[in-house]
Amino acid sequence: MSEDIIALIKENVIQGRKTADDEGIDDTLSGTPGVEELTRSALEQNIPPDRLITQGLTAGMQVVGEKFSTKEYFIPDMLAAADAVGAAMDILKPYLETSNVETKGKFAIATVKGDIHDIGKNIVAILLKGAGYEVTDLGVDVSTEKIVQYVKEQEPDYLGLSALLTTTMVVMGEVIEALKSNSLRDKVKVLIGGAAVSEQYAEEIGADAYCIDGFHAIQVLDSFQGAKT
Amino acid sequence: MPREGVLVQSPYKRLSTEQVRQIHDASVQLLRDPGLMCYNRRAAEIFHSNGAEVSSITPSDSPCWHVRIPEKMVSQALESAPKTVKLGARNKDNTLILNGDEPRVFFVSGSETNIWLDVDIETYAKKSDPGTEILVPEFRPRRGTLMDLCDSAHVCEHLETLDAYIRTVNIQDKDITPDNKDVNKFFASLNNTTKHFMAGLTTLSQLDNVVNMAKLIVGGEQELKDNPIISFITCLVKSPLQFVDDTTETLIEICLRGLPTVVSSSPQAGSTAPMKEDGIMAQINAEVLAGITLSQLVNPGTPVIYGSVPVRARLDTLGDSYGAPETSQFNVDCVQLARFYRLPCYATSGVCDAKTPGMQCSVERLFSDILVTLSGPQYLHCAYGLLDGNSTFCLLQAVLDDAHFEMLKFFLRPPRIDQSEIEKTLKQIREVVATPQKLYIRYIRPMMRSGQLSAPYPFEGDGERDAAILLAYNRMKELLQKPVEHLDEATTARIFNEIPGILPRLNVYA
Ligand code: B12
Repeated sequence: MSEDIIALIKENVIQGRKTADDEGIDDTLSGTPGVEELTRSALEQNIPPDRLITQGLTAGMQVVGEKFSTKEYFIPDMLAAADAVGAAMDILKPYLETSNVETKGKFAIATVKGDIHDIGKNIVAILLKGAGYEVTDLGVDVSTEKIVQYVKEQEPDYLGLSALLTTTMVVMGEVIEALKSNSLRDKVKVLIGGAAVSEQYAEEIGADAYCIDGFHAIQVLDSFQGAKT
Repeated sequence: MPREGVLVQSPYKRLSTEQVRQIHDASVQLLRDPGLMCYNRRAAEIFHSNGAEVSSITPSDSPCWHVRIPEKMVSQALESAPKTVKLGARNKDNTLILNGDEPRVFFVSGSETNIWLDVDIETYAKKSDPGTEILVPEFRPRRGTLMDLCDSAHVCEHLETLDAYIRTVNIQDKDITPDNKDVNKFFASLNNTTKHFMAGLTTLSQLDNVVNMAKLIVGGEQELKDNPIISFITCLVKSPLQFVDDTTETLIEICLRGLPTVVSSSPQAGSTAPMKEDGIMAQINAEVLAGITLSQLVNPGTPVIYGSVPVRARLDTLGDSYGAPETSQFNVDCVQLARFYRLPCYATSGVCDAKTPGMQCSVERLFSDILVTLSGPQYLHCAYGLLDGNSTFCLLQAVLDDAHFEMLKFFLRPPRIDQSEIEKTLKQIREVVATPQKLYIRYIRPMMRSGQLSAPYPFEGDGERDAAILLAYNRMKELLQKPVEHLDEATTARIFNEIPGILPRLNVYA
């Protein structure tokens, strides 16, 4: 029984079905419970959250990644799957805290002060959440003070900054300087992205990484994970 | 199931109803005064015996008659000409139904060019940095051959948007003579495509050989009537207003056999027709109506297609300028005139002035392809692969053109505004607006997989560099490797036995 529901969760991740309303890839599961509903019933059946994550959500995401790399899947499929996994993670969050299961880490993301572009930032947030990171989205046009304060209080492992304007990318450098002056720089790894910035710019301002897109961000974060263990 | 072509929902009109009427009236006047010079005795006799005013013109170098066609004779012909013409095909799924009342467009290759443009991809090194190399397409023009015609039919068979095949290249092999040209042209084409085949006839004496070949392929005379896998183009009127002797004779013979034919005229505004729109329109319409009238006098009800190849003169050379916007204007006008008569229309687009594939060529072709398609001709000779006016055919260009028509066909899909789905869409908008990310991306998916989204341009390079020609070149090679359904061995054997003049190298079973 528990095997069945985990297999169903995996299948629904592959289909990118968050709720029963979603069509999925081919309509075959239409009307049946999606990842959200299945996750709730699994918890009611006392299936351990870590199994649910590794054998259901992560295993499903793995297949999605493979299908994406062989061009069977496109970005919308990847995003739908990540979104479904993210929704499940939200449901699982309270259980994880009590059951000592570690997430891959806390990731906060913001579009810097003066910039309201958020499509790219949102995609990155959805993908990272789907990849198992605990993501907090601070929004757009976020002041440097607010970012620094958040890092101080919540201690995220990673901070993502997005800027699409040449006029706002300088704010990223200011954020890094402010982290330094608050003695927070070595507590958090800073990733930057957006049309205005580059690898070279990341070096210039002393960020830990530049990411071309959300998939790249997953790779970079996972490599940090590898370095940690 | 016949081919679908593409239905133009609200055809683009250039002329008002009033203006169409004015052109029609002007054409009717031209048919009476000055009437036509007729160099064909039979046609003069046919017009005379049906009540037209015909007088012999003397002195004249060759026998010639002056024919004045009364309006009534024209209107009777317009009445008896079928409003729907069926063009059959070896594969019946490739049948075309041309309905004069329905703006459903079929895309067709065409024109018999003398030059075939070969393409080679060469590697060049940068002078200042010989380690840096680029691939450059090089174009080599040469005389067209029989095997080129086979290759072009072969590739056209696989071009998805291409609905019917008009022979593309003039076969100029040493062993091709006026007496064996038609049979070789027809066999090479019919053996390499299962789509409808249309061509002009070089020598009237070959008509029956060609028709018999088609009968052998479909199984008999009645079968050919039911499934006319071949049809003809006859440009019997030379502008201005002259029935030429040989093609007029050919038209009469084709009509007697009841096979479909395009009755076309190709005046050049500026030289063989007035430069002004009303003038060229009145004249080309009179010329086509004269041909259609003759066809219906010969054999009432014989299937004919209103054919128009109007073009503007270039002022530097007085050659045809297919790239000129006026050429498209004239073609759209002709489509409207044919629709006024409820006759299926053969219109022209896509011919360009450019001599090789590239920027100018794409601009000129797409300009006329889009505009003339939007006017809704039934049979659009959009000339896949044609370059340099009518002089050059390039197979690689035909492959590029196929991608353009794919886009055009997609554009012409009916609007997707559906009352029954509006509620669902509003629900989607409300849902997305309520989320923190406000993104619709996940909702793309059902559309993505049901073919509702257009495909990306197939010849897009993946780097910074434009790779259209290189990628189309590869695609052309791929299509040449793809098999085609040749005629079966027994039919081939019978054709080689019974139809004289087909060159042995065309026999794929030999
Ligand atoms: C859409 C868009 C808008 C939308 C934004 C809607 C929204 N909800 O975000 C609107 C119309 C509102 C807008 C407004 C403006 N825009 Co604007 N906009 C764009 C556009 C066309 C696309 C951006 C986009 O969404 N791309 C798609 C996403 C998926 O890509 P992305 O953002 O790059 O994100 C990906 C990666 O970069 C990376 N990434 C991004 N951020 C991060 C962060 C992290 C941590 C990581 C790991 C990765 C990462 O991952 C993402 C996913 O793959 C760009 C053009 C361009 N080339 O980028 C101009 C562009 C950015 N805009 C521009 C301008 C000038 C403006 C305006 C100033 C215009 C005006 N005069 O009002 C305003 C800015 C207002 C403001 N204060 O911010 C210019 C900027 C030029 C410059 N000086 O730098 C651009 C480049 C257009 C141009 N060429 O002129 N814009």
